[in-house]
Amino acid sequence: MREQLLTDFDKIISDSKFSNNDIEHKRKSLNKFIENGFPTKKNEDWKFLDIGRIIDKNIGQLDFYNNYSSQNKIDTSIFVKGLEHNKIVFVNGRIEKIDLKHEENNKIEIKEESKSINKFNNINSLINLNNALTNKHYTITTKSGYSLKKPLIIYHSTTNSIYKKNINLRLDFKLEKNSSLKLIDYFYDDSNDNFLNIFYSFDLAKDSILKNYKIDHKDNKNLKYSYNHIDQSENSLSETFILSSGSSYLKHEINCNLNEKYSSAFVNGILKLDDLKNHEIKTNINHLNENTKSYQLVKSVLGKASKAAYQGKISVNSIAQKTDGYQLSKCILLDKTSEFNAKPELEIYADDVKCSHGSASGSLNEDSIFYLMSRGLNYEQSKELLINGFLLDVIEKITDSETKNLIKNTLGLKE
Amino acid sequence: MREKEIDILKDYKYGFTTDIENIKAPKGLNEEVIRFISNIKKEPQWLLEWRLKAFERLKVLKEPDWQKPKYPKIDYQELYYYSAPKSFKEKPKSLDDLDPKLLETYKKLGIPLQEQKRLNGIAVDAVFDSVSVATTFKEKLTEKGIIFCSISEAIQKHPELVKKYLGTVIPITDHYFATLNSAVFTDGSFVYIPPNVRCPMELSTYFRINASDTGQFERTLIIADKGSYVSYLEGCTAPMRDENQLHAANVELIALDDAEIKYSTVQNWYPGDKDGKGGIYNFVTKRGICKGKNSKISWTQVETGSAITWKYPSCILQGDNSIGEFYSIAITNNHQKADTGTKMIHLGKNTKSKIISKGISAGLSDMTYRGLVDISSRANNSRNYTQCDSLLMGNKCGAHTIPYIKNKNLESNIAHEATTSKISEEQLHYCQQRGLSQEEAVGLIVNGFCKEVLQQLPMEFAVEAQKLVGISLEGSVG
Repeated sequence: MREQLLTDFDKIISDSKFSNNDIEHKRKSLNKFIENGFPTKKNEDWKFLDIGRIIDKNIGQLDFYNNYSSQNKIDTSIFVKGLEHNKIVFVNGRIEKIDLKHEENNKIEIKEESKSINKFNNINSLINLNNALTNKHYTITTKSGYSLKKPLIIYHSTTNSIYKKNINLRLDFKLEKNSSLKLIDYFYDDSNDNFLNIFYSFDLAKDSILKNYKIDHKDNKNLKYSYNHIDQSENSLSETFILSSGSSYLKHEINCNLNEKYSSAFVNGILKLDDLKNHEIKTNINHLNENTKSYQLVKSVLGKASKAAYQGKISVNSIAQKTDGYQLSKCILLDKTSEFNAKPELEIYADDVKCSHGSASGSLNEDSIFYLMSRGLNYEQSKELLINGFLLDVIEKITDSETKNLIKNTLGLKE
Repeated sequence: MREKEIDILKDYKYGFTTDIENIKAPKGLNEEVIRFISNIKKEPQWLLEWRLKAFERLKVLKEPDWQKPKYPKIDYQELYYYSAPKSFKEKPKSLDDLDPKLLETYKKLGIPLQEQKRLNGIAVDAVFDSVSVATTFKEKLTEKGIIFCSISEAIQKHPELVKKYLGTVIPITDHYFATLNSAVFTDGSFVYIPPNVRCPMELSTYFRINASDTGQFERTLIIADKGSYVSYLEGCTAPMRDENQLHAANVELIALDDAEIKYSTVQNWYPGDKDGKGGIYNFVTKRGICKGKNSKISWTQVETGSAITWKYPSCILQGDNSIGEFYSIAITNNHQKADTGTKMIHLGKNTKSKIISKGISAGLSDMTYRGLVDISSRANNSRNYTQCDSLLMGNKCGAHTIPYIKNKNLESNIAHEATTSKISEEQLHYCQQRGLSQEEAVGLIVNGFCKEVLQQLPMEFAVEAQKLVGISLEGSVG
C-alpha cells in the first residue's frame, strides 16, 4: 500500500498548484498516515468497525489517485423531487454543478481553494489521509443575517466507472452571525468497493443555526467515513440527523464543541440495516462553557447479519456549569444473527449539571405484536407497524417539515 | 521525576517500610524468588510449575494503560515478594504512636479500643481474645463439612480441590496484574462449601486466625458445591494500616448447580493524605463463574479507601438460568481515583444480571464507572438491567461513565441508565431547616442515594458502612 500511496500522492501533487509549504504539510500528513495505517479494532475508537480489516478483506488494494480533469455526466434522475432546493453535485468526487438559483446573490458564497489548512491535524489517521490527498477544498459561507430560503442539497453520487478507488472530500462551512443553513447530504451510489472519506467542518458564529441531514439509503457495496467537526459560538444551534442504511460499511463521526454559552447541539440518527451491513455512529459532544445543551437520540433496527454500533460521548468541562446533556440509544434486533454494540460515555468535571444516558436493546415486543394481530393484522404487518412507530419517534425530532417529509418518503413511512 | 515520586511514596508513613530483619525473599522479581516462595511454603511441584508458567507469560505481557487513573511507573524489581509476618517489635507500641486523624475516625466509627489496637498490629492483651472466638466458629463449620482456611493450608490439606479449581476463573494467561499474582501470590483464603450445605454464618477473613499479613498478593478461592450457600465478607470499615503500597489480589468464585455465593467487600485502605501523597494502589482482579444451572453470584462493594482503586468484579454466567448481581458504592475524596465497575458475560440461556452502581466524588478526585454487558448469541432470553448514578460535590472532581453494551441475541434485552447530579440546594436547605448541620445533612442525603446498595450488605456491616459513607465525605462540602 505504501508504494501505491507514494506514487499516487506524487501524481496528485503534480496535477495541482500547491505552494511548497502546502506540499510539505501534505507530505507530513501522508507520512503520519503511512505510519499508522488504516485504523483497526486495536484502536479503542474503532473497536466496533475495523476499517483496516474491511479494506483488507473486501477491497484489497485501493487506488488513491483520481483524475479530475474530465467531466462526468450528471444523472438528473437522482435529484430529489417534490422539494425545491439548491444543489451542489459531486460525481465521483468531482464537483460538476453548483446551482443556487433560489438564493439572493452574494448572500451565499462558494469558494474553491487549493491551499492546505493546518487546522485539524492528527484527529485520526483517516483525517490525515484526507488532509494529504484532497486536491482542493470548498468553503461555503452564509453571510451574516441571511437565512437560506430553500435547503441546499449536496449530492454525493458515484458511477460504476470507479472501482476500488479512494475518494477524499473536504468542505468547510462558515455560518456568519445570525445566519441559517439547511444542508442535506444525499448519497447515491452506483459503484462498489470504493472508500469515500468525507470531512466537513462547520464554524457557527453567534446566533446562527445549522441543520444538517444526511441520507444514505441506496443499497451499495461501498465503505464510507464521514466526519463532521462543529465549532459553536454563543446561542448557536446545530441539528444533525443521520439516516444510515444504504452502504455496506459506514461510520459517522460527529465532534461538536460547544465553545460559548447558550449554544446547543442535537444529534439524531436512524440505523436501519440488513444483509451484512455494518454501520456506526460516534459522537463526541464537548460542553466547554456554561448553559450549553445537547440532546442525542439514536435508534437502530437490525435485520439479518447486520451490525450496528453507537459510541456517544458527552464531556463536560469544569467551567461548564448548568450543562444539560442527554443521550438515548435504542435498538431492535430482528434476527438472531444481528448484533448491537453501544458505548454511551459520560465524562463530567462540573457539579451543577444534568447529564444522563440510557441504552436499551432487545427484540420486538411480543405482546404488542399479539395486540395488533388480534385486531386483524398479519404478523408482517404488525412487525412493520411497530418498527415504523419506533423510527417515527426519531423522525419527529426533525425541525424542518419539508425535510421531515422527504425522509419519511424515503423510508416509506406513512403519516 | 518518576523516581522522585516513588521516593516520596516510600517515605510515607503507611507506605513501604523495608527495614525489617525477618525472613524475606530477595528483592526483585525472578524465577529464584518464585522458587523461594514456593519452597518456603512447601508447595507441591505442580503449583511451582504453575507459578513459573505464569511468570513466563508475565515476561511477554505489558501493563495495561487504558485506565483513567494514571500512576507512577512501578519498578517490580524493587519490591519484595515475600516476607514473613512481622514480629510485634517493629509495630507501633501503643495508640499514641498513631496518626491522631486515624484515631478520630475510629472514634466516629465507634470501634472499641482493643479493636483499634488489633487493626494496627499492636499487641493485644488476653482480655480481648479473638482467637477463642474464631475457634468456636471453626468447630461449627467443621461439623458441617465446610472448609475455611488459608490457601496455603488448603494446598497442603486439600490439594485435589485447589488443583481442580485454582486458575479456572482467572487463568494464568490473563492480564498483567492477575498473572503477576498467579506467579507470586503468598496467601489468602480458601472456602469450600459441600453440596446442599447452607453456611450457618457470614464467613469473614476477620475470623480466620492467621488472617493478618497475607501480603500484597492475596489469592482467594471460594467454591460453592451443588445446592450450597455462602456469604463471604472481606475487609473492614475501619481504616487498615498496611505496609504494602501495591495490592494485586485475585479472587475466584465458583458456583456449581443451584449454589449461591454472596461476596461483600468494604475497602477502606489508606487513601493518601489531603495533598494526594501516599496511599495504596488497589489493583484487584475479582471474577466469579456461575458454572452450574440456577447458580447465583452477587458482588457487593463499598469502596472508600485507597489512592487508586481499579477493579471490576465480574460474573461469567455460564450455567442456564444463572444470575449475576453487582452492587457498588464508590466514594472518592481529596486526590483519590477510582476506576471500577463490572463485567457481566452472559453465555447460558435465561441468564439474568443486575448492576447498581453509585459513585460519589468530592474534592479533587476522579470516579469512573466502567462496565461491560455482553450477551452472546447462545444466551437466549437473557436480561440485563444497569443503573449507574453519580453524585458530584464541587467542580474540581470528575465523574465518568463508560459502559460497553454488546447484544448478539435477538431474544435478550439490555437496559442501561445513568445519571449525574449534585446534592441540590433545596435538599440541603430542607435538612438544615430541621436542625441538621450541613455535614449531617450531606451524610443523610448521600446515605439515601446509596440505600439500594447498602441494604444488600449483611446487617452488622451495613450499619458500619453507613457511618463510613458519612465520614469519607467529611469536609467536602462548603
